[in-house]
Amino acid sequence: MKLLTLNFLSCAVKACKSSSASFPLHPKDCELESAEIAPNPKLLFNILPRIDWDALVVTASELGFTSLKATPPTNEELEGDEKMMTDLHTLLLETQIMEGSLVCANCGHEYKVKEGIANFLLPNHLV
Amino acid sequence: MLPTPSTSHVAFDRIYEPAEDSFLLLDTLSSPPEKAFLHERFNPPNTTDGNSSPSPLVVEIGTGSGVVLSFVHAHAEIIFGREDILTAGVDVNRYACEATSQTIIIAEQEQKREGKSHGLYLGNIVGDLTSPLREGMVDVLIFNPPYVPTPDLPALPQGEVKEGLPSFEDDSKFLELSYAGGADGMETTSRLLDALPAILSERGCAYLLLCAQNRPELVKDKMRGLGGQWKAETVGSSGKKGGWEKLQIIRIWREP
Ligand SMILES: C[S@@+](CC[C@H](N)C(=O)[O-])C[C@H]1O[C@@H](n2cnc3c(N)ncnc32)[C@H](O)[C@@H]1O
Ligand SMILES: [Zn+2]
Repeated sequence: MKLLTLNFLSCAVKACKSSSASFPLHPKDCELESAEIAPNPKLLFNILPRIDWDALVVTASELGFTSLKATPPTNEELEGDEKMMTDLHTLLLETQIMEGSLVCANCGHEYKVKEGIANFLLPNHLV
Repeated sequence: MLPTPSTSHVAFDRIYEPAEDSFLLLDTLSSPPEKAFLHERFNPPNTTDGNSSPSPLVVEIGTGSGVVLSFVHAHAEIIFGREDILTAGVDVNRYACEATSQTIIIAEQEQKREGKSHGLYLGNIVGDLTSPLREGMVDVLIFNPPYVPTPDLPALPQGEVKEGLPSFEDDSKFLELSYAGGADGMETTSRLLDALPAILSERGCAYLLLCAQNRPELVKDKMRGLGGQWKAETVGSSGKKGGWEKLQIIRIWREP
C-alpha cells in the first residue's frame, strides 16, 4: 500500500472513530519500498488539496521523512522548487509500506501489514 | 466497448469469478449516461485558475478478482474525464486483495503498452466494508455485494491470517462470503447503506448492485428518506423477464 493511503484510513474500532487519536494511524517497524512512477506534476497538484497535511507530516516524520514544511506548498511554490517537487513525488506517489504495523493511538490496536496489504479485520473482542 | 481486464491469473476456487453481475457494473459505469454524470460531477466548469478539482478517490468494497476496480482504474480518462483518480479496494478475503493488486498491475501494463493512462492505485486492504476508512473521503464507492438470500450469513474471518495455503473448508467459506447475503440477501448491503452517509464526501456517489429479491424499490426509498438532497436511481439492469429485471445497479448520490 502507498504511504498516501494512511491519509484516508482510521482505526476500524467503532468507538475510536469519534476520537481524533484514531487518525492518522502510526506506522511501527515498517519496511518501505519505492515503486517508480513517471513525474506527474498535475497529479501532485490535484492530490495536495485533498490531503490532511498535518497528518501527512506526522506519518512522514515517523517514517524518517523529515523535510516536509509545517504548511502545504502552493502550486506556485511547488513549481518553482524542483527539490520539493521530487521529494513530494517520491513520498506521495512512490513510497509503499510493505511490512510492519499501523497502530491506533486511541485503543492501541496494531493492524499488521504483510506483503503490502494491511489487515483491518478486528479480533472478536474489538468488533 | 472498453476492454475487460484480464483475470486469468486468479484462483477462482477461493475468489469470486467475474459473472453477469460484475459485467453489468462494467457496462453501467462505462455507459454514456453514467460517463456524462461522472464527467460533470468531477470536472466542475468553474476552475478558472486552470487547476482541476481535487483528485477523486474511488473505492471498491468487495473487489474479488479486481475486475471492476481495475476497469475503472485503467479507463479513468474515459469514465471520469480525468486520469488523476486515486483508487483503492477493500475485501474480507485476503486472497481477493492479493488478486486485485495483481489484476491492477496487469491492467496498467496493458494501458501503457497502448500508450494510454491509468489512475493511481493506493492498494487493497483486508477489512469489513468501509470500517478501515476515514469518514467523508470517498468520492465514488462501488459495491457488488454478497446479495443472494440465504438462511444464514457466514461469520467474517477475524484477526490473524493463517499461514500457508487455505484448506478446502477455508476456500468454501471464502466463496460463501462472496455470495451469501442472509435475510433477503440484504444483511451485508444494509450495513453498507447505513455507513454510506458518513463515508461519502460532499460530492460522493455510490454504485450498488442489487437483485430483485433485495427489493431495490425499498432500498431506493430508504436512501431518499435520508433527506431532500439524497437521490437514488436505477442506472443499469440486466435479465429482464416479464417486467422484472433480475439484476440492477442503483446510483446513490446527494444533490447540493
Ligand atoms: C459478488 S462478489 C463481487 C466481486 C467483484 N467485485 C466482482 O464484481 O466480480 C462480493 C465480494 O465481496 C466480498 N465481501 C463479502 N462480505 C464483505 C464484507 N463484509 N466486507 C468487505 N468485503 C466483503 C467477498 O469476499 C467478495 O469478494
Ligand atoms: Zn483504535
